[in-house]
Amino acid sequence: MRSTTMDPKKGRDMVFLAISLDHPAKFFNWGFISISIPNLIMIGIIFVLFTLALVVPFPSHEKTKGE
Amino acid sequence: MSTMWTTKLRKATVEKFEPQDVLPDDQPSYVASWIYVFGVLTLASLLVIIVTGFALTTKGIAWWHTSNVGHFVNSAHLWSVEIFFIFMVVHLWGKFWMAAWRGRRFATWVTGAIAFLASVATGFTGYLIQTNFDSQWIATQAKDGLNSAGIGSFFNTLNTGQSILLHVSLLPLVVGLITIWHVILVRRNGVVPPLDAKEIAGGGM
Repeated sequence: MRSTTMDPKKGRDMVFLAISLDHPAKFFNWGFISISIPNLIMIGIIFVLFTLALVVPFPSHEKTKGE
Repeated sequence: MSTMWTTKLRKATVEKFEPQDVLPDDQPSYVASWIYVFGVLTLASLLVIIVTGFALTTKGIAWWHTSNVGHFVNSAHLWSVEIFFIFMVVHLWGKFWMAAWRGRRFATWVTGAIAFLASVATGFTGYLIQTNFDSQWIATQAKDGLNSAGIGSFFNTLNTGQSILLHVSLLPLVVGLITIWHVILVRRNGVVPPLDAKEIAGGGM
């Protein structure tokens, strides 16, 4: 089996360089609503994508334009 | 001759699907919208999920926890699931606001809804079998919830073996089959036109 262990220091540096996920997520609390910030960002992305899908023109080729 | 089950099966399936309808050259002009693309994007994400999931299943738990390639494939599996759900929700919203069950497309809508629910169950069992502190936390919290719903003895989130089998065999089979059925119905009935557009013959069969 090949080496399967990661240098702890190297691994820690890699995490530090990217984004530290080694802690519980922060939460948004509003009344009875309690949702983690990562989940809230995901839902926000869905809203943005949905809006863009409705408003951004679709590149159509000539044949379908006249139909 | 016509009473043979093979004949009946052929007439019920193959003869209903003309090649030009299964893989058409043209679509009605209203299909030229990004909102129609998200169903296909969901299918593409599902393909990545299946391929990465196959690798994780064959290589095993130690591989995805300890090797660099295993970490990468594990992350690719997680993020393709996240993207899969994002695309599927946009597809779902688009079809809901189009009232996509119109024009005898009720079965298409229902199979899509079942595919969504089966995907949620598959995703949930996936989180349960990460074999880390996160999966332990999710399993213990969900155990209380499922016990209170009265199904804790039938589906035990603390039983990792049950969750693994559900996640890598039964639920992917359900999602796969219902997705194939959903796509067949889309091809057979055609995509739904916008509410202010009239149904175009040839948009489906």
